[in-house]
Amino acid sequence: MAEEVDIIDQVVGQEYKYGFTTNIEMETAPKGLTEDTIRFISSKKTEPEWMLEYRLKAFRYWQSLSSPSWQNFSYPAVDYQDIIYYAAPKEKITLDSLDQVDPELLKTFEKLGISLSEQKRLTGVAVDAVFDSVSIATTFKDQLKEKGIIFCSMSEAVHEHPDLVKKYLSSVVPYTDNFFAALNAAVFSDGSFVYIPKGVRCPMELSTYFRINAENTGQFERTLIIADEGSYVSYLEGCTAPMRDENQLHAAVVELVALENAEIKYSTVQNWYPGDKNGKGGIYNFVTKRGICLGDYAKISWTQVETGSAITWKYPSCILKGDNSVGEFFSVAVTNNMQQADTGTKMIHIGKNTKSRIVSKGISAGKSHNTYRGLVKVNKKADKARNHTQCDSMLIGDRSGAHTFPYIEINNKSAMVEHEASTSKIGEDQIFYCNQRGIGTEEAIGLIVNGFCREVLNQLPMEFAVEAQKLLAVSLEGSVG
Amino acid sequence: MLEIKELKAEIEGKKILNGINLVVKPGEVHAVMGPNGAGKSTLSAVLAGRADYAVTGGEVSFNGKDLLDMTPEDRAREGVFLAFQYPVEIPGVSTTNFLKTAINEKRKYLGLEPMEATAFLKFMREKMELMEMDKALTSRSLNEGFSGGEKKRNEVFQMAMLEPKLTIMDETDSGLDIDALRLVSAGVNKLKDGERSFVVITHYQRLLDYIVPDFVHVLYKGRIVKSGDASLAKELEAKGYDWIKAEVEQDANA
Repeated sequence: MAEEVDIIDQVVGQEYKYGFTTNIEMETAPKGLTEDTIRFISSKKTEPEWMLEYRLKAFRYWQSLSSPSWQNFSYPAVDYQDIIYYAAPKEKITLDSLDQVDPELLKTFEKLGISLSEQKRLTGVAVDAVFDSVSIATTFKDQLKEKGIIFCSMSEAVHEHPDLVKKYLSSVVPYTDNFFAALNAAVFSDGSFVYIPKGVRCPMELSTYFRINAENTGQFERTLIIADEGSYVSYLEGCTAPMRDENQLHAAVVELVALENAEIKYSTVQNWYPGDKNGKGGIYNFVTKRGICLGDYAKISWTQVETGSAITWKYPSCILKGDNSVGEFFSVAVTNNMQQADTGTKMIHIGKNTKSRIVSKGISAGKSHNTYRGLVKVNKKADKARNHTQCDSMLIGDRSGAHTFPYIEINNKSAMVEHEASTSKIGEDQIFYCNQRGIGTEEAIGLIVNGFCREVLNQLPMEFAVEAQKLLAVSLEGSVG
Repeated sequence: MLEIKELKAEIEGKKILNGINLVVKPGEVHAVMGPNGAGKSTLSAVLAGRADYAVTGGEVSFNGKDLLDMTPEDRAREGVFLAFQYPVEIPGVSTTNFLKTAINEKRKYLGLEPMEATAFLKFMREKMELMEMDKALTSRSLNEGFSGGEKKRNEVFQMAMLEPKLTIMDETDSGLDIDALRLVSAGVNKLKDGERSFVVITHYQRLLDYIVPDFVHVLYKGRIVKSGDASLAKELEAKGYDWIKAEVEQDANA
């Protein structure tokens, strides 16, 4: 047993390889949060009056709230007056040309494996790169424009497409939704905006890469994706942050709207800095993600691979309003060392013949805790709603924990809801078996964990599935012997 | 090939092997038999490098190298294969993917390039035909939901793929019906090439009707107390182990 624990220590002791910082002159808002901060952010973005009004309403509402306390993890209280709410590279960036982007920034993204120059970019993936509070560049914009697809930063959308923004922003996650949604609505800085017109199948993967760089700064991005009737889009987000000793807050809001017959596939590979071995530093990832299938036969599918952050607290959800609409949630959450994750989904069945599927794979190593929390709710009028939930947990070593909280609320007798759950342990037996075939211990853990998650990894677009597999292996490196 | 000298091992302070001596030459088949608790499975586990067992004395050399000094994976890469009594299940990992990883890890150790996907698949098809393996088994998750017989056949198939120099079979016959036993034995016999050696650990003689040993050793109380040819196995089958136990006790008292 002792030996197994040693091995776990070794595997868990992997260094975070995206922990570097970029030295660049920044323009920041003064620390703390008041109405002035919000006016500052809004004026930096030369926002129209209606946007400022919205922010201020959200801020006033937020002030009336206190931070929630129902979660299955503990963390020191966040001092919201000790955070910088806006940080942007000083140089004025013209979004149309990469030549005018600070080379330091381009280098930063290159280092992260994200090339913003289109020639070098994987064809088939368009990228919006967000650095602290602002979007640096969006690639392949013109090509997408030909099809009528809008893919730009949120700040730009506020100016260029105010009607769409006014109509849909806050329509899925109102600022009154929760503490962090209110905070985000008040101070959100940037994020991506996507609109796919009627009947258009987006010809490439759209992706946003989020990078937190500045110290003492929170990142509050806002993403809005609208898929008009009969359209399809696959969207991915990735994220990293430097290694810093203090905790940093990331409180994003993502809203998805799928109209009749439209499909949105949203994938996340989350690799925020998880803190060091002893739990010092790391990102608090408190995110509200929700999609609505507004029209009949619409489909929303969430896939997430969560390996980073000190604390992850998020529940990408689907409101199945249209008849025959479909919601899916595929999740892999890996926690190691002192990490804590409380994640899952909500499937709200409103329309008739709506279907949802949940596949959650939690892997806990080190002294970490991994919680699945999910709600399946079938409303009164949702005839013949169906749900299938599968929650599997895997423990590595004997100091980690896995927890499952499934909530089910059914108000219609024709509903069929199934729940399956399992917990397993990577045993010495499995590792020894691999060893005996010539496979080293770290490779063996990678193999076993990837096998365990295969169902979810299969959902990721090709380019990212490979990336995610490597990430899983690296996150657990040093965790078993 | 394999030379075991005065090997002693214990688990959690309990002495199991009390000085094993055994020499296996290339191409030889050795059967190790013995009553329950004699130390048969411990011997295979210690040779493969299982961490639960502490080696407290003796030496094992494998092709001139100190086997006990190597990690379990290096022993495997050097050509030691253990056919497990209870093969483990690895959900979500296909036999194909598992073997590809194993073969390429071994090749890396030997300083060779990884095998190309197409070459690997061709190699695997050949071995599947040779071993009369059902194609469906290799695309399923490793051993998951396999019957006892399928698991044991899969062990022999893996052996064929990894082409070891020395195979240790740990009670491969346990839990097999007669048809499965025949298939498994036929597989092993196809792999005999005059160079490969086998140590067949078994409780019963019946496996040795199919895999005929050159030598038979009886293990009792952590020692090899009697050695002979295939006829010794027949004698054990007819008379049981009690007469051997009696002989050992007598010697001890003398």
